[in-house]
Formats: sequence, C-alpha cells, structure tokens
Amino acid sequence: MSTQVIPKPSLSHRSSRWFSRNLIRIYAALAFIYLFIPVAYTFAFSFNDSGKSNLVWQGFTLDNWKNPCGAPQVCQSVANSLQIGFISTLVATVLGTMIAFAISRHDFKGRRTTNLLIFLPMATPEVVLGASLLAMFLNLRVNPGFWTIVIAHVMFCISFVVVTVKARVASLDPRLEQVAMDLYANERDTFRYVTLPLVMPGIAGAALLAFSLSFDDFIITNFNSGIESTFPKFVYVSAARGIPAQANVIGSAMFFIALIIVIVGQVVSRQRKK
Amino acid sequence: MAFLQGTTKSQSGAKGDSLKKRSLTPYLLIAPGLIWLITFFVIPIFSLGSTSTMVRPQGAQIGTYVQELRFANYVDAFLANQEQYVRSFLYAGIATILALAISYPLAYMIAFRAGKYRNILLVLVVAPFFTSFLLRTVAWSQILGDEGPVLSTLRFLPFIDESLRLTATPFAVVSGLTYNFLPFMTLPLYASLERIDPRTLEASGDLYANGFITFRKVTVPLSMPGVVAGTLLTFIPAAGDYVNAALLGNPSTKMIGNVIESRFFAVVDYPTAAALSFTLMATILILVTLYIRKSGTDELV
Repeated sequence: MSTQVIPKPSLSHRSSRWFSRNLIRIYAALAFIYLFIPVAYTFAFSFNDSGKSNLVWQGFTLDNWKNPCGAPQVCQSVANSLQIGFISTLVATVLGTMIAFAISRHDFKGRRTTNLLIFLPMATPEVVLGASLLAMFLNLRVNPGFWTIVIAHVMFCISFVVVTVKARVASLDPRLEQVAMDLYANERDTFRYVTLPLVMPGIAGAALLAFSLSFDDFIITNFNSGIESTFPKFVYVSAARGIPAQANVIGSAMFFIALIIVIVGQVVSRQRKK
Repeated sequence: MAFLQGTTKSQSGAKGDSLKKRSLTPYLLIAPGLIWLITFFVIPIFSLGSTSTMVRPQGAQIGTYVQELRFANYVDAFLANQEQYVRSFLYAGIATILALAISYPLAYMIAFRAGKYRNILLVLVVAPFFTSFLLRTVAWSQILGDEGPVLSTLRFLPFIDESLRLTATPFAVVSGLTYNFLPFMTLPLYASLERIDPRTLEASGDLYANGFITFRKVTVPLSMPGVVAGTLLTFIPAAGDYVNAALLGNPSTKMIGNVIESRFFAVVDYPTAAALSFTLMATILILVTLYIRKSGTDELV
C-alpha cells in the first residue's frame, strides 16, 4: 500500500511514517500467517471430497467430519494415542510435580545432580533418546509395544513437568504460607488450602503440556512402538500414499479442542484474579 | 501427602536453619521420578554405548550381536556417513538462524507493542502446535508439492522454469525445520524480553541513545538468556530430526537421523546406529557446553 507513489508529498510522508511505525506489526502479522498456513491447509482439506488420496481439491463435503472413523485404522491409532497420552500425563505429572516441590522447597545433597538429570533429557535429541531406549529393550529382549511407548513418554515428559511446576512454585509469595501458619493452620492444612491451590494452575499447565508432547510425539515413539500404531505414526506411514481426509479431521478437531481449553483456562484465571 | 512435611517448614522458620535441616522428605519426593529417569534414560544411554561396540558373529542371524568392544565401529560409522552428519549440523544451524530472524521481531512485538492482546498473541504462537507436527509437515509437502497451490501459481509467471520443484530440495527441508521449531525460539525470547524493565529503555533514551543504539546496547544484551535458550531449543531437536528430511527432502538431503532410523529398522545394523547416535549426542553436548560457556549464561542448568 505505502509503496505506491502518491503525488502529495505530505501524504506519502505520512504513509511512510505509518509504515515504519507499524513495520514490526506488519512483520508479526506475516509471521502469524506463516505459522497458520499449514493449519489452515489441514483444516480446509478436511472438507475435501477426496476419496482415497487427499492431494488435490475435489469438492466440498461434510462426510469426513460426520464419519471421522471412515478411513481404516485412523480411529484405532487415535484411541491408542489418547490412552498413551492420558496414562503418561498422569504418571509424569505426579512424578514431576513431586520433584519440582523437592527442588524448589528443599536444599538437599544431590540437588545439583537432580537438576542436571532433569535438564539432560531435554538437551538430548529425540532420535538418541529413542535409539538408546530401544537398544536397552533389545538387549533385554523386551518386545516393544504399548507399554514401552508409555515408559518412553513418561521419561521425556517428566523434565517438562518439573520445569513448568518449578516456575510456578518460584513465583509464589512465601508470605501467603506464612500468613496461613500464623493463623494456626498446620502444615497439612497450609499445603492443602494455600500452597496446592496456588500451584494448581502450574500443575494443570504442565499436564496439558505433557499430554500434547505425548500425543504429538513421533520420533521416540517410532523407535519404541513395535507394531503398535499411534496417530503420528499413522500419518507418517500413510504419508507416502496420501493421507486420508479423516486424519485432517482429527488434526483440526485436536486443534480446536486444545484452543478452547487454553482460552477457557485463561478466562478462568483472569476472573480469579479479579 | 508427603509434600507438606517440609514444604512449609522451610518457609516458616528462619531461612538458614530450616534449609540446612536434612530431612528425608526431599529424597522421598524425588525418588520415584529419578528412578524412572535413571532406568529409562541413563541406563539406556549405557546400553546404547554397549551396543555401539558390538559385532555380528560370522554366520549369525540378522539382528544377533555379541560384545567385542570394537571401537572401530565408530570410525567406520562416521566415515561412511560423514556427509549426512555434516549436513545435519548445517541444516540445523541455518534453520536456527532463520528461526531467530523470524522470532525476534515477533517476540519483541508481543512483549512491547501488543498491549492487552499479549496473551491472545501468545496463545496464537503456540496454537499451530495443537495440530499434529506430522500433519503440518505433510501439509507443507503438499502446499509446496508439484501439484500444490504455490507451484501451480508460480508456473503462470513467464520467467519460471517448468521443471522448477520446491519439495525434495534442501530448501524445503530447511524451511520445514525452521517452521516446526519456531515456537521453541519465540517463547523463550518472549520470556526474556518481557522481563526487561521498560524504564531501562527510557533511561537509555534519556542518555541520548537513539532507538537503534538502545536496541543494540540495552535490549539485545538483556534478552541474551532468551536467545541462548531459544537457539538451543531449536538447534538440538533440529539436528536430530529426520521427519522433515523424510517428508520434504530427497535421498541427497538425508540427515543423520534418517541414517540412524534406517540402520535400526531397514538394515538392522544396531551397532552402527548406536555408534552414530552416540556420536551425535556427544557432539551436541560438547557444542551446547561450549555455547553456554561462551554466552555466559548458566541459568539454564
């Protein structure tokens, strides 16, 4: 717009000033468009009347949304991913939250080592995590399957839970707990009625993060899944011959569900603040 | 409820003496998680190391290996896959720089110019992540593909060669890597930019620094922890990734992750795969340590 040559000098001056003042906003808008292109594409092609291969636009239909299990194995793989996601999230959130409390509220021998052990899995590429776990299972002659995926997911989710919950605990005002103690609450009650509710948003956020990491993980899962299918694995395997439109339905549905959860969470926490 | 015993204790008493009190509580709290990490992260690394020096005995079945401490496996594995090895770090490096270039203005804008829309914009940065990583990569491969919207539009232009391809090129692989790890760059950058006290920027202006100098001498140094964290969080997964190279590349854009995967599953050559994984991990750890030392941020660990 502003690149047009406009005869009136004052106007062009003004428009170029507008442009330079808003340059960063324009840049950010372009970045957001870039971020959302594949999401929009996935959503649009979930309505494609595609038959088997969802490569070219064939026409609009709602059939894929009405019958998301229409393509073979899609729903089985989603069900597996959901199960694995729920179990791994539960275990990783409990174990990670315990570590987070220990690290942020206690000084103990081995705290540095613990911190390092939490940091290392996040600094290791997924392919190494996956390959090493598979090497161990092979050496122990364990057949990879559902439970080896759960084990792997809990392993890489713990660190992210610790980091998230730790940040929340660190941001607490310690005086709130002192007040509770001053008002004769014992340690148990202080924890239950003061500390835990205050840390809860952090734990909830950590659980959401763990679930999305687990549901979306492909590389580690691929190494440790044997013949068990998960949703990302299904997409990877079928990518060669074209992904059914039903997979786009699942992906888009996950997108909207997660978006709603996050927005509701934000609204709730804002109302609490008031 | 094992938390409480020490949770509040350390708060109530004077900080010094309560923190020094060595109770059993912290150990009970960390034990289950640490045992999990030791069993399924530390021990497997040793398992990987042990597999890497194994040898297949003459005439044995495929997939049967015995320990012979053959460290030459590393040399063989490295020499045979030098190209993919170098390419992994090259692609990951370019993708990291591109991601930084895209993310810094974005994070800056959200931190300083977004006003009340800050939280909404942050959600929007993460939101693409809710659609599966694989689906988004496949979407790129179709968007940039030979029958995709980009190429069919470009072909209308007079100066575009008919045989132009976007997928199955290094360009596509690097763009895929950049795209997929972008939020890992944006979020830490935002976190450190947001913490900057706007008064320090005003102070710089009061001392006659112009906008550019303020940015270079105040904003950038103060955001360095975010830059370090973001580049690491982008570079590490990008260097080990094989999904982008598999879906967006061709055989000559293979990265080390692709080799490790195919050595494990297609070739069933566990020792080579293990040696390559081990070398990759060691290289990344060394690079990360050097990088953190050089940038002088120990906050991460």
